[in-house]
Amino acid sequence: MNRPFRYRQLNQLILAHFREITREPGVLFWGIIFPILMSLGLGIAFTKKADVFRDVAWVQAENSQAGSSGSALGTFLLTHQVKRVHDKNGAVCYRIILPDDKLGNTTFNIRMMDWPKAMVLLKRGNLTMILGEKDGKIEYHFDPLNPDAQLIYLKLSSLFENPSLMQRSANPDIRPLTIAGTRYIDFLVPGLIAMGVMMSIMWGISYEIIDNRSKKLLRRMVATPMKKSHYLIALITVRIGMNFVESGLLFLFTWLAFGIKVQGSVPALITIFMAGNIAFAGIAILMSSHTAKTEIGNGLINLVSMPMMVLSGIFFSYHNFPEWSQSIIQAFPLTMLADGVRSVFIEGAGFAEITIPSLILTSTGIVFFLAGLKIFRWH
Amino acid sequence: MTPSDPVIEVRNVFKSFKTVQAVRGIDLRIYPGQFVALLGPNGAGKTTLVEMIEGIQKPDRGDILILGKRWKGNEDELRKVIGLSLQETRFIDKLTVKETVTLFASFFDLDNSRTDEIIYLVGLEEKRKSYVVNLSGGQRQRLALGIALLNDPKILLLDEPTTGLDPNARREIWAILQKLKDRSQTSMILTTHYMEEAEKLCERIVIIDQGKILKEGTLDELVGAENQDQKENSGRIPVHNLDDLFTQLTGRHLHE
Repeated sequence: MNRPFRYRQLNQLILAHFREITREPGVLFWGIIFPILMSLGLGIAFTKKADVFRDVAWVQAENSQAGSSGSALGTFLLTHQVKRVHDKNGAVCYRIILPDDKLGNTTFNIRMMDWPKAMVLLKRGNLTMILGEKDGKIEYHFDPLNPDAQLIYLKLSSLFENPSLMQRSANPDIRPLTIAGTRYIDFLVPGLIAMGVMMSIMWGISYEIIDNRSKKLLRRMVATPMKKSHYLIALITVRIGMNFVESGLLFLFTWLAFGIKVQGSVPALITIFMAGNIAFAGIAILMSSHTAKTEIGNGLINLVSMPMMVLSGIFFSYHNFPEWSQSIIQAFPLTMLADGVRSVFIEGAGFAEITIPSLILTSTGIVFFLAGLKIFRWH
Repeated sequence: MTPSDPVIEVRNVFKSFKTVQAVRGIDLRIYPGQFVALLGPNGAGKTTLVEMIEGIQKPDRGDILILGKRWKGNEDELRKVIGLSLQETRFIDKLTVKETVTLFASFFDLDNSRTDEIIYLVGLEEKRKSYVVNLSGGQRQRLALGIALLNDPKILLLDEPTTGLDPNARREIWAILQKLKDRSQTSMILTTHYMEEAEKLCERIVIIDQGKILKEGTLDELVGAENQDQKENSGRIPVHNLDDLFTQLTGRHLHE
């Protein structure tokens, strides 16, 4: 009798996959502990103001000295009684501290050196800014595309124009936003949940299938009356179930540690989350449909997941990328999932906002799944 | 189908992979209860022939009948009567022996008592709670054989079941198969390049090389016929065993 569902088979396959996952200590670490550690690390890094220390090279013009009338920077350092200290190597440097109660203090260590030495330190990444002088004016030598150097330039140029900044401890211009949904951690957690879904499904399904094919377990299983669909259904079911647990624990932790809240509809959140799981399950089946080599499997999984991980706005908004690329990035399944989850978490979205992305993600999953089945090799 | 009809019938089968002709016109009939060894060196075409009998490869030409039926349209029915053990199947590492057998038993809709019988049959009672990853090579191969026997198969296909095992582990597998031969009507095809295995377990031996059957028959028929030829052609060396016979037929050794 050819029954469409053989419950005993399906139960046993689900149980086998579940045991396989939960008995592997690595799964607990990479699936549960690692995302929590990542949220903790990034959450702390971006929710506490941190003091900044930067080295700056000062390449003097010939025959000029600190405090000499021929040196603009030297005059500045002398006039404002900038502290002259010795660093741990015994070298002399001038230390300027810009106090700021909102952004954190910034300390500049200005060291005198010749141009070749400054270039060596710049190439090594020890500094990003070289100060020089021409016709009694300070010149800034730096890579304008380097955001850190840009920031140093802005701070130093303001300081040289307005030396009173060294005496200011409170910054009255900044009104910090601390309400839920506006912090970096609020942006980050939905992204981490979306990325967790992608990584867990791509590695948990694709790699599992390729590995089972390479060790001939698939061939051995399909030599029995096992229904092929049941093998895939069991694999996908267990993986999605694990994703609910992993994401739930990440949410629980960030709720306790950072007060993260879901501001929108929870059923809508579950819908977009399921749609994302379906999309990546379909992609995972297609990726693993043919090869029996785990090395090729690694490459395929990375080929799909790495660009999305970098571009889809998991850690930082993709709106910083060029405008022409944004419509492409928005079409990525990970972007759609991250945007959808984020909109429910921090924008208070409901079904009206997530229905279309959920339908697109689900359709993507079904199309990729069917394409994968069409070329699927069981041996 | 009558009891005297072949359970496996291979009719003039050809199979190629890109530029390699793996099987070139093989005819073979295997009858109920018969244990047949396919003997040949690596690359002889044994595994391809077994894969075609198993239904996972389709012949380019020719026909294969299992219990009088073709694979097409009868897959579900035929899968229930075939047992299979491959040279190197690795099961799920973190399942116990009992869980692994139970998983495969569920595919045949078999109950718990059958899983216990099988674990006893292959001598893994003490290892029933051990993870598969912790079993020795011989124990894993016995587990694979037990799973192949779960459904009490009419046809058992064993693809090099003892390759890579030490002599003790090999003898344990042989003992299980010998017991099966004595007690059931299962027909078996065993591919091997160990002539001792073929001689010990199988009443019929088929020697294959380069995708063709070179000779087939019982051990006595094969060795006797060759020695008769040797008498008539006085320059040839007498044949004492299958290795000698293979060398005589091909000019090469089985393990080359």
